Amino acid sequence: MRRIVADYPLVITALLLSLFGVAMVYSAGQTDTPTAVMRVYRSQLLWLLVGMLGAYGISRSSVRFIEWVTVPAYWLSIALLALTLVIGAGAGTAASTKSWLAIGGVRIGQPSELAKVTVVLMLARILAARREPPKSILDLWWPALVVAIPWVIIMLQPDLGTGIVFIGIFFGMLYWSGVAWPLLLLLASPVVSLILSFSTGLWGAWFLVLLALVLYYRPYLVEGIVLMVANIATGVIAPILWEKLAPYQQNRLRVFIDPSADPRASGYHVIQSKIAIGSGGLFGKGFTLGTQKRLAFLPEQHTDFIFAVVGEEMGFIGVTIVLTLFLVLFLRVTQIAGRANDSFSSLVAFGLMASWFVHVLVNVGMTLNLMPITGIPLPFFSYGGSFMLASWLAIGILMRISGEGRGKAAFKKS
Amino acid sequence: MSFHPNDIARRTQLSSVALAAGFILLLGAFFRTQVLDHRSYVLQSEENRLRPIPLPAPRGIIYDRAGKIIAENLPAYSVSLIAPSEDSLRATMKVLQSTLQLTDGDISAAIRRFRRAPTRPTVVLPDASIDVISVLEEHRIDFPRLIIQSVPKRYYPDGPLVASFVGYTGEITEDDLNKPEFAGYKPGQIIGKGGLEKQYEPILHGREGVRFDEVDARGRPVRGVGPRPDLDAQGAPPMKTNIDMDLQRYAASLFGDSLMGGAIALEPKTGGVLALYSHPSFDPNRFTGGIPPDYWKELNTDPRRPLFNKVIQGTYPPASTWKLATANIGMELGLVKIDTRMPIACSGGLQYGRRYFRCWEKRGHGSLNLAGAITHSCDVYFYQLGLRIGLNRLVAGGVDLGFRERSGIDLPNEYKPRFPSKDVKTYYDRLFGRNWSNSETLNLAIGQGANSQTVVSMAKFFTSLATDGAAATPYLVARPPERTPIMKLTPDQIAGLRRAMAGVVSAGGTAASANIKGVVLAGKTGTAQNTERPDEDHAWFVGFAPADDPKIVVAVFLEFGEHGYYAARLASKIISYYLKVDVKPELVEAGG
Repeated sequence: MRRIVADYPLVITALLLSLFGVAMVYSAGQTDTPTAVMRVYRSQLLWLLVGMLGAYGISRSSVRFIEWVTVPAYWLSIALLALTLVIGAGAGTAASTKSWLAIGGVRIGQPSELAKVTVVLMLARILAARREPPKSILDLWWPALVVAIPWVIIMLQPDLGTGIVFIGIFFGMLYWSGVAWPLLLLLASPVVSLILSFSTGLWGAWFLVLLALVLYYRPYLVEGIVLMVANIATGVIAPILWEKLAPYQQNRLRVFIDPSADPRASGYHVIQSKIAIGSGGLFGKGFTLGTQKRLAFLPEQHTDFIFAVVGEEMGFIGVTIVLTLFLVLFLRVTQIAGRANDSFSSLVAFGLMASWFVHVLVNVGMTLNLMPITGIPLPFFSYGGSFMLASWLAIGILMRISGEGRGKAAFKKS
Repeated sequence: MSFHPNDIARRTQLSSVALAAGFILLLGAFFRTQVLDHRSYVLQSEENRLRPIPLPAPRGIIYDRAGKIIAENLPAYSVSLIAPSEDSLRATMKVLQSTLQLTDGDISAAIRRFRRAPTRPTVVLPDASIDVISVLEEHRIDFPRLIIQSVPKRYYPDGPLVASFVGYTGEITEDDLNKPEFAGYKPGQIIGKGGLEKQYEPILHGREGVRFDEVDARGRPVRGVGPRPDLDAQGAPPMKTNIDMDLQRYAASLFGDSLMGGAIALEPKTGGVLALYSHPSFDPNRFTGGIPPDYWKELNTDPRRPLFNKVIQGTYPPASTWKLATANIGMELGLVKIDTRMPIACSGGLQYGRRYFRCWEKRGHGSLNLAGAITHSCDVYFYQLGLRIGLNRLVAGGVDLGFRERSGIDLPNEYKPRFPSKDVKTYYDRLFGRNWSNSETLNLAIGQGANSQTVVSMAKFFTSLATDGAAATPYLVARPPERTPIMKLTPDQIAGLRRAMAGVVSAGGTAASANIKGVVLAGKTGTAQNTERPDEDHAWFVGFAPADDPKIVVAVFLEFGEHGYYAARLASKIISYYLKVDVKPELVEAGG
């Protein structure tokens, strides 16, 4: 038997978040006109228990075992993801997507939640295998491919929110593996071009910045040319891509800029969410007493917009508590990554943290219209079995890594 | 990867700082929303959950001069639905169709109402029967978005009898909502659509109240009594009119089934309208809560035009009733006195230029003075008087007497009379082209030609004859009398004209049959040429009584009435009813 590992700060923070989350899911079900949401907190509680059991199981295994299952787990998750394109179904704000695996109309899980974990593992494996951190864009093709395969499938579902999480994981782990800042910037540049291309002036300015960056960083000539071409290309195809977006997707992006543009549909969610949060004030309206929620003005109050319920019922105090718990969790995981035994473990830990961080940033930002609405759940809070399970499996992995870690910061030589 | 401890430590630190910074920014955003902007969001969330349910105000009750009710409000029930979307409204109405006995017309009307005001409760049945209401109350739990409201419903106890002045009410239209006078109005409200209801809408309307119901996002009421600060509807004050309902009823009864036309009775000194009736009429009660299409069609296709107010909208040649205007102009100019004879005696007509102008009396009246010419309505006399005055002075005199203007009665949609402008040449050039002849003077002098007057404008003119030469503006609702001196005659001259008019209704006059025993009635008949149906002239009578101290002025117009004395008989009955005297039983046929 291995020694029992229990990273108390980690587990307790995650447990507090989960219990707070279940309480909010319960509250979300307490509406004046009863809905099916009324009882979902029970299954959420069940999934939490299952997830904790899974986490305990994993924490009793070993990092080597985890590393060993990485490749098959990765391909299994890809296969499941691919299957969603055939027998997928949607739910909630993502009703039009196919992110759920469904058999005979019964949804049995979101493979993309599993894929987030397996992609982190797979990326960690590949990046850890290198002696040197990637120094050029050409060095990145293999890690890029690992992320690109699931990303393409997810974008085909289409599930923009989860797609963003994968990009966050990719950049976070590249950073952790030691890729230089300028290279990351160059890598991100086509995305920036994509966003800025809607304003010719901004895009032109960005292009000059990029040129300076390329000259400063001095990548290979081919790379430099590829980058510039990629930036021009994304700038040119962005309007075409825009046209290709479904009207509801276009609306969501428009509404992000101006929620009042479409107050009865896409903008409605954001406006109602802000009203809920703003009317919560410092102390909130009290547990289960949010009027916005009770009267169903809040959309998806038990999944994507659960944080608005926190804001309305628990006020700024509650928001601060939840965000602080998340910060504590993330700092703890970063710490675990920092003192992990080996680069694989370290990368896995940081990758999992990066994944959650993007979730929290986008989800919480969305409730205040700081981020576009992308149908992305809040870890440990949003109702959903797959995500709860995946999150607690990740906690299990982190427990294991923490347990095998040197128990102190890496720079203090052991 | 670069797994050197120093690198890792640096990245750990950098990441931690970045994470903390990100959370501080996020917390800042929440602080701004939840603490700094808290109040504004609280307001918005209150607005969200409180749905205003309008409480209609009862319209002001309209009384006659004796305090009898002309228009009142009966309790009625309206059924409304709060619908989040048109589809939902349609679906709910489908379910309710049989219970509410909704017709397809009701459904499309409700859909139209919803489109105009999606946030207000949509009225499905404006006037539901008590049976329907009790069935609905039983099933209320099944239809949480149903609102059953007690609404005041306009009711006119005398219906068609008062339609010609009281008008009717109906739901405000989209066009109305865009007008400045309806600035504060909301879709679905009931407004006055005609008559007094329209004229005094701002007074009669009262103030709509509001009740707040707590609703969920789909507009379903969630609690019976939530926080609902009520704002009670404020009923309008009662409105007293000058109408004498007994007289109105009596005047209306005189028209029977066959006659068409209108009558108006005024107090000569104040202009107060005692009765105003246009026949045939319609039932304004059936207009409340939407005009039934078949009734609307029936009214619109009726050749007798019941919706057309013949007292204030019909314009007809005033015919011989206008001879008093000619006489007045001639006397003012000093061209004639009441006993002045014209050079040419009446032999049944007058040769003027190449045309022969007939008198209505083919046998001729012989030589008459002005008083006799009025009494016998001699056209030949007035042809000569007209020529003596001249077209320019005749037109100018008519304009000064107010024949180009509306009477100013306090009713909407009064038609403007037709009369030449003082710029006579331009007016007739435009009317006939350049080659019109002076013979127009002759037509004008006897009340024909380019002269069409409303019944009310003639009645107004006669109030000046009935008094001291000042015309009183007719009004239905109490206000200080408005009198315009239009005649510049001495009391003696006016008395002379009155005596001549009294002759009209006495033996030998054109309306001798309309005489009233014990009361001296003065007036003037008119038989207007009908261009549409030459054989059926229109009949006029405008008069007052008692001649020496007039208490009432009556104008009666009968479309296709053939001869003025038919109108005169109606008028004399109205007058005698008002003055409480009997009509002289024997009927003496006479010309005129």
